[in-house]
Amino acid sequence: MTSGSLALERITRRFGTHTAVDDISFEVLPGELLALIGASGSGKTTTLRIAAGYENPDSGRVLFGGNDITALPPQKREFGMVFQHYALFPHMTVEENVGFGLEARGVARSRRIERARSALASVGLENAGPRSIQSLSGGEQQRVALARALVIEPRALLMDEPLSNLDPTLRQSTRDELRSMLHRVGVPALFVTHDQEDAFAIADRIVLIRRGKMLQVGTPEDLHDRPASLGVASFIGRATILPAEDLGGRAAVTVGGVRREFATTRPASGQMRSPMAVLRPDALEISADNDGSWRGEVVNRRFTGGTAVYRVRAADNVVLEVSSDRMDLREGDVTGVLIKREPVPVVSGAED
Amino acid sequence: MRDMRRSWLLALPVLVLLLWTVAFPNVAVIFGSFGEGLGHWREFIGNPSDREALTTSIFISVASVIASLLIGVPLAFLLSRFEFPGRRMLRVVATLPAALPPLVGVIAFLFLYSESGVFTRAVQRTLGMTEAPWRLTGVWAIVFVHAYTMYVYVFLFVSAGLERFDTTLDEAASGLGASSWQRLRLVTLPLLTPALAGSMLLVFMTSLGSFSAPYVFGGGIRVLSTQIVASKLNGEMGLAYVETTVLALSAVAGLLLFRWLERKRKYTSSGKGSATRRLIRSRKAQVVAAVLSTLTVVILVLPHLMVVLVSFAVDGKWTTQVLPPAYTLDNYRRLVTEAELWKPIMNSVSMALIATTANVIVCFVAAYLIVLRKFAGRRMLELLVALPWAIPATAIALGLAATFNRNDPMSGRILLVGTFWILPLAYFVRGIPLVSTAVESSLRQLDPSLEDAARGLGASWWLTMRRVILPAARPGLIAGALLAAVTAVGEFVASVVLYTHSNRPISIEILAQLRALAFGTSAAYSVLLIVLVLILTLSARSIEERMA
Repeated sequence: MTSGSLALERITRRFGTHTAVDDISFEVLPGELLALIGASGSGKTTTLRIAAGYENPDSGRVLFGGNDITALPPQKREFGMVFQHYALFPHMTVEENVGFGLEARGVARSRRIERARSALASVGLENAGPRSIQSLSGGEQQRVALARALVIEPRALLMDEPLSNLDPTLRQSTRDELRSMLHRVGVPALFVTHDQEDAFAIADRIVLIRRGKMLQVGTPEDLHDRPASLGVASFIGRATILPAEDLGGRAAVTVGGVRREFATTRPASGQMRSPMAVLRPDALEISADNDGSWRGEVVNRRFTGGTAVYRVRAADNVVLEVSSDRMDLREGDVTGVLIKREPVPVVSGAED
Repeated sequence: MRDMRRSWLLALPVLVLLLWTVAFPNVAVIFGSFGEGLGHWREFIGNPSDREALTTSIFISVASVIASLLIGVPLAFLLSRFEFPGRRMLRVVATLPAALPPLVGVIAFLFLYSESGVFTRAVQRTLGMTEAPWRLTGVWAIVFVHAYTMYVYVFLFVSAGLERFDTTLDEAASGLGASSWQRLRLVTLPLLTPALAGSMLLVFMTSLGSFSAPYVFGGGIRVLSTQIVASKLNGEMGLAYVETTVLALSAVAGLLLFRWLERKRKYTSSGKGSATRRLIRSRKAQVVAAVLSTLTVVILVLPHLMVVLVSFAVDGKWTTQVLPPAYTLDNYRRLVTEAELWKPIMNSVSMALIATTANVIVCFVAAYLIVLRKFAGRRMLELLVALPWAIPATAIALGLAATFNRNDPMSGRILLVGTFWILPLAYFVRGIPLVSTAVESSLRQLDPSLEDAARGLGASWWLTMRRVILPAARPGLIAGALLAAVTAVGEFVASVVLYTHSNRPISIEILAQLRALAFGTSAAYSVLLIVLVLILTLSARSIEERMA
């Protein structure tokens, strides 16, 4: 198995007048887990299908280990792919499904079954071999699909919404398993998801796509704490986004006549057009004292286990979302809100 | 790119074959109708019997639709909405008339209800009449026979619609205060419109193209399909072409009309269908239901029983008695032992086999290209495989006769008329829409990502075809092949236009024996035909089970 990185270089794909993928470039290193995230219709699945070879880009190149594979059909790419609904062959047993890629490579039947069994064992389905696909639960199907993709010892692994068909509890445990397994396999792994929690839990790095364009590439922390734009800030995590004054390295937000100044993640250089402060719920705190904090009325309280999230309506109809250890406030209470954690990300509101 | 080239490589022979055998014959007919400029058309318009044939054809079709609705809809409601003893059996029996090859159904009616039929004579005897109480001829006789065989379409479509019907909609309507009549009119019937329109279309098209019933029971009346054959026999080919064109155009017009009706009212049901049945509780109602359903079963099974009974009658002995007076196994023995009688059976079986094999290959490729490949010729292919369905069998036969009547390879014509091969070709053309539709619907259920998955795992085109696509197409291939084979083995309408003595099929022989008043022999052939259909159906089912 040749190890190499998978790279997309300035990929563009149009369907009629609609540009589904617009000049996207990124690289997935061996052993790295990269998530493509975006809302539905953002072009992430098309990007994945181009990487897999099911779609041809109108321009741009797909590279593996530095070699141009843009024109290579899927059956020659030696990539493992896990489809959204798994695409398991309904008329074959679990074993035959897993062994299909080996059958395509002319591996003898006995050897096929042996390798399919060991691939199934690696996903915790030792005895499922002779079972039918219909008899499997959603989680088991997901693991069979993974075993089928891995048994061919792929040069890269591609997954389309690998967790979206699992129920929430199964999803939690599967995330951890998937992450450790993919790191063990050591090939570039690219997966598509619309769920940022999945992306945060599994990916080493994230590519955020909107309307076919790449908004930001970075670690989950990068996207969360250092959003490159308003689009990233509003898509990733929860936040109260308010107009700010750019003071170069510092910024200030005024709500109801109360002005608060804070450090920002932005370098001091350059002037930003219509700067906006991205206030994450955990960067704010409830303050009971009348100490110059923003004042407002609690309009909604949501218990999240360990902390409570309050929505506080301050002056000018600004609603601040605050996460706090304090459990004692109720809807209708009046309270103060402070900035707890700095630096605060500031993005330009003048994009698009 | 390579995919594109492969698609065209597969599509080209299929397209050429279909253009040649499906499209070209129609062009040849239209062309032939203008053989003397507008002469043949003027002849058609000026001929009162042709004008009569057109209006009668349409009248019979409309009447058959109405009669089929009157029988099929109540029966479907009764069997889907109510629970009573004997419901399941009645449900199976209700579809029996469709299992009869059309000509056999006609003959069964002849034995039962014609002037010298068993039922007619029984009534005549019982009432002490000197003459038969009715004569089974004319327009109404044809509609009667049509209703018996074609109500099954309405019954099946409406039953399926009712099975899928979400009964919570009905409950919601009654919760909102709708009376049962209002619920039927405002909720149930509108939702059943697609099923009704679909089945009405089927009845209309089948009636319009129907040949056997008008041929046998028509008496003095004329319809287009019999008129075409008569013109051809008289050697007036030009007029036959005009009549064929008019018949085909009427069929296409009917098709468009019903399709438009079906489209206008297409709903996707939100919920899962769950037909809750109301148990008939009242004793009286149970008795009525039991009596009525027994009566229905008797009426539906009687024609089958009649054919079986007559098949044991000694030829020439059954004259004026109610029932045949003497019985024998001789009719069957002679079918097997006399070469001249055995020949039609071998002909039908071998020609059906050839046609069906060709159907399976060509239609699989066509359906594969239509459903799974996006290539430029797709629309045309779709149209070509559907065309023989829209065109009555008589018109198809005339088209083939017009195309393959001389050797002129430069203009795409080879001489097949008068040879063995013209009938397998006709059966093949008639089977195309049956097999294609079945395979298409199977392939549409194939999750397209399965093909992607196979290719991504490194499978070649051939391995993907063999291990993924063929298994997915199999149920449709088996069902379609069964339908095509059943149609071909009992085919009569195209055969009567194109057969020669040496390749005469069973249906033609049945008619010939009937003409010779050898009722026993013709009934024995009919039973044999039913048995053949039964064997085909059972073997298709067992293949399907073994493969699944």
